[in-house]
Amino acid sequence: MRPDRTSLTRLGLGVLGLLILFGSWEAIVRLGWVPAGLLPAPSSLGPAWLDEVRNGAWQAAIRDSLTHYVLGLVIGSVLGALVGLLCGAVPVLDALLAGVVRVLRPIPGLAWVPFAILWFGLNTAGATFVIAISVFWINFYAAYGAVQSIDPDLYEVAAAFGHGSFVGRLTKVVLPASAPGLLAGLRTGLGQAWMSVVAAELFGVPGIGARMMQASSLLATDLVVVYMLTMALLYALTDMLFMVVRRRLLGWQG
Amino acid sequence: MAMPDRGTKGDTMVHLSDIGLSHDRGKNFILRHVDLTIDKGQFVALLGPSGVGKSTLLRVIMGLTPPTEGQVSLTPPASPIGRSTALVFQDAKLMPWRTVRQNVELGLEGVGLSRADRHARAMATLELVGLADRADRWPRQLSGGQRQRVGVARALTVEPDLLLMDEPFGALDAITRSALQDELLRIWAQTHKTVLFVTHDIDEALILADRIIVLSGHPASVRGDFMVGPRPRDRSSPATQALVERLKALIAGEPDPGDRPAYWQASEI
Repeated sequence: MRPDRTSLTRLGLGVLGLLILFGSWEAIVRLGWVPAGLLPAPSSLGPAWLDEVRNGAWQAAIRDSLTHYVLGLVIGSVLGALVGLLCGAVPVLDALLAGVVRVLRPIPGLAWVPFAILWFGLNTAGATFVIAISVFWINFYAAYGAVQSIDPDLYEVAAAFGHGSFVGRLTKVVLPASAPGLLAGLRTGLGQAWMSVVAAELFGVPGIGARMMQASSLLATDLVVVYMLTMALLYALTDMLFMVVRRRLLGWQG
Repeated sequence: MAMPDRGTKGDTMVHLSDIGLSHDRGKNFILRHVDLTIDKGQFVALLGPSGVGKSTLLRVIMGLTPPTEGQVSLTPPASPIGRSTALVFQDAKLMPWRTVRQNVELGLEGVGLSRADRHARAMATLELVGLADRADRWPRQLSGGQRQRVGVARALTVEPDLLLMDEPFGALDAITRSALQDELLRIWAQTHKTVLFVTHDIDEALILADRIIVLSGHPASVRGDFMVGPRPRDRSSPATQALVERLKALIAGEPDPGDRPAYWQASEI
């Protein structure tokens, strides 16, 4: 996409909004409107971040969290999309799993933490499990809905041109037609997974979430904010990466 | 009921004998006692009111819907990659995630052709329908008429012996429609395909077809079968007008007025 006047204006306004946020935040702290120690000034974040980088904690936290994030995201998305696609495409399976889905769907990923600890322990596998579950349902419903909304005539087109078998329908119609829905689910999952990373690590698996818990128990609020912003940055990066991939895959939508 | 009077005695391309179709195990029939023989190279219009089962009959001929009664015999495909039949859908029904060329290639996938061979065949048919320069466009970038031409190319690419067309121009505006009818006749003259063209429009049938078959009634069966003279047809000639009157009556399910005034009996115009 070519940056035109309107999108440049939007970008400028976005930057201005951030400047206003951080400027007024700094002013509030400097003017002493909030008690010292409750809110760190933005200007104190830079030195706090440099300290974390120097002792290596920042890099280690990012590395650990990225590991949980990527593993949980991949496992949860692939399984969720797969089961969702199959349920959407095979009515018998859909009926068979309808009850199971109703029972399991409302349970939030965090509720599985006790079992994650029991089954996997306070390690990468435990955190991955919690993240994967919350990502699973998003992708399951996205895939299921995408398959349900396929124009049924396209199955007939496929059959008329020699692709009437289950595999033919899957590869020539179901997968390409549901790709936009699948990718929309994946994108929602990208954000949801970062939220789950913090939740999954709060109970003690090393990573950004665990580091934030340590910092907050020491009342190092500046470090907490540093990691909040780190998380925002990582999300922005993954989302940008995703949009590049999406544009390549869905060129036909224009 | 009008008597079938087929003029040409060429090779038989498709033969339907006593076809019946029911979706509730024989309680109600959509089609019943449908007998039909189409000869090689004929352009046949299947004319009937909307919803009578014309499209369903096409699907029975294609093998997409198995008939409850009777038999469909098709000649085996002449070309090794070819199919006996190919269908041009109403509203084109292109796959929006495929480029024009990829849409045309759909029927060539999985039959053991190399990628280059598929490209070449698809481009050749796109050339035939005049859309070679749109090969890399997406369907959403085409007009309705262009989309339908891609639908025709997609069907022609599999080298069908019998080209089935399901009201392909029904959703187009009058000018585009007329242009596509001319183009279809040109392609037909070039390829010598056997065509079965479903329509509910008498004028369209008269413009295009060598032979007009009327499907009507509940359950539907063949109620009339007429050979039409050489193109272009003079819509104002008494013989054509008589034929139109007979077609109208048969579509409406009324008795064939053909027997009454003596000069109307000639079904050969």
